[in-house]
Amino acid sequence: MSAGFAAMDALVAAPLLLPLAVGLLCGVLPRAWVRPASAIGAFASLAAAVALLAVVMSQGTQSTAFGDWTLPFAIAFVADPLGAAMSVVAALMGFACIVFQLSGVDAAEESATLHPLLHLLLAGVAGAFLTGDLFNLYVWFELMLVAAVGLFIHQRGRLLQEAGFKYFVVNAFGTLVFLAAIAWVYARTGHLNFAALEGALAALPAHEQLALAAALAVGFLLKAGAFPLFGWLPASYHVLPTPVLALFAGLLTKVGVYAILRVWGDVMPGLAPFANEALGWVAVATMVVGVLGAAFHWDMRRILAFHIISQIGYILLAIALGAGEGHAAATFYTIHHIIVKANLFLIAALMVRAGGDWDLRRAGGLWKSHPWLGLLFLVPALSLVGIPPLSGFWAKLLVVREALATGHAAWAAAALLVGFLTLYSMMKIWMEGFWKPAPADAEADADGSRPIAAPAPLPIAAVATCAALAATTLAISLAPDGLFRIAQSAAAAMGGAP
Amino acid sequence: MSLLLLLGIAALVSSGVYLLLARDLLRSVVGLTLIGTAINLVLFTSGRLGPIQPPIVREGLQALGDAANPLPQALVLTAIVIGFALACLALVLAVALREDEGSDRIDDLRGTEPGEGGDGKPLPMPEDGR
Repeated sequence: MSAGFAAMDALVAAPLLLPLAVGLLCGVLPRAWVRPASAIGAFASLAAAVALLAVVMSQGTQSTAFGDWTLPFAIAFVADPLGAAMSVVAALMGFACIVFQLSGVDAAEESATLHPLLHLLLAGVAGAFLTGDLFNLYVWFELMLVAAVGLFIHQRGRLLQEAGFKYFVVNAFGTLVFLAAIAWVYARTGHLNFAALEGALAALPAHEQLALAAALAVGFLLKAGAFPLFGWLPASYHVLPTPVLALFAGLLTKVGVYAILRVWGDVMPGLAPFANEALGWVAVATMVVGVLGAAFHWDMRRILAFHIISQIGYILLAIALGAGEGHAAATFYTIHHIIVKANLFLIAALMVRAGGDWDLRRAGGLWKSHPWLGLLFLVPALSLVGIPPLSGFWAKLLVVREALATGHAAWAAAALLVGFLTLYSMMKIWMEGFWKPAPADAEADADGSRPIAAPAPLPIAAVATCAALAATTLAISLAPDGLFRIAQSAAAAMGGAP
Repeated sequence: MSLLLLLGIAALVSSGVYLLLARDLLRSVVGLTLIGTAINLVLFTSGRLGPIQPPIVREGLQALGDAANPLPQALVLTAIVIGFALACLALVLAVALREDEGSDRIDDLRGTEPGEGGDGKPLPMPEDGR
């Protein structure tokens, strides 16, 4: 590359360099400045990511290389439509969750390390979306892991430590598997750059390509929470404070999904059909097990955590449906799902504060006191289910239509059945939390576990955050063409042009 | 040389897995670290095991002669640093857990799972993680 660091190079790296800088800055600033700096920094990252997406959509894929080496030996950062769109939605979630945190919904005192860790996590996520290098992807995974464990344990609490430990051990193991796969890929090809790997891997025998793809996929599927490697997710997420929980729920598993999509679509587009078949059945098992887990539970956080797993199944199914339409559906689904899922957790937190409870048996009566909150909840809830015309309907339509078009009727049937069960558990939250009369105090306290919290006023900034995310969902619902065009160019840029 | 390294990696992985599956906090952290070390060795070998020559391309030549590829060594260095930091974090976490929990058995870490009520449904969870 040229010696100068042109404006376009800076723009490609900005969505990951900005949160990195803001995170470090938040670590050294005086306490009083941390909160405004964090919010402004998150907004700046969002603006940079949007600008990058606009450039990528109008001028095509942009890339830059760090270090004074020529490609494919330099460390490349590539902003293709997929990576740029994902970094926009990651920055949007970061901004939303930080505004929600600043609104003071979470009663606990804010620790000094919260904002630095949040921004480091966002830097890791954006880095994973924009890197063009396999080993660099590993480094971003590790940064995410450290920041995520930090967010578990930066406040001392027995359950937080326990959940953090479980999260750490399983995810660190997944990252090690990924590292071993990288060593194998490098030993066979001598490359780490995605573009160079595509050609080098295609030269290998088909069975070895399959073995390499499987080795990479194990680490990624574990991060994504796919069947049967999902146990760590519902065992740890629910103890987190809500803004952090929403960020984890929205983004972290999707990085694993993104990595699978990147490998399947970009690095190994010539993979044997068996890889897609296997991934498809893993996806079906993930969908079904996730939604059954959700149907069993009564704690909203655990219900929603199991729904993450179930929806991951849909996205993996879309990836398994192959290049072109399948990968476009996966991109559309991922972006729709990140917004909806994070919003559901945030609205659930508002419900708890408005006088409900995480446990649905102890909640109720919110329709009487907060009818607008009930309507606000319905937007992401019904979108998650896939009720027309909400965004989830378009996402599911793309997946089911492509499954039928490629002759996978069983997968399509599983997707529709899981949709029904999703409707059941969303309606469970709505009926129990909003519609049912509020339980009498004495009855709710009968199990003696803890008193029911008194209703507290809802901070306007927190409500506005949820409303803005719901409005984003509605915008995607009513005008899906914009997102669909991005998804199609993402699939086309990955080499699988339909 | 290759066989020796292979056996070493196998021994590290197997003892790492054994310790990781042990029902003991500190042992599982040590097991994870051992597996990490083994995988670092795998990464190291991906750059070919050559005689001990400096990886410098001689003047007038285009390719590296009889020396090992230096790139995996750089990768391994990165992985070692990250792995060391993670091991420290995990050890601190394990010690803090043992202090607060009064036990270092993994089977005792059931606080984040809801108990089972008399009707077979999960019991209500604590309000937050503290």
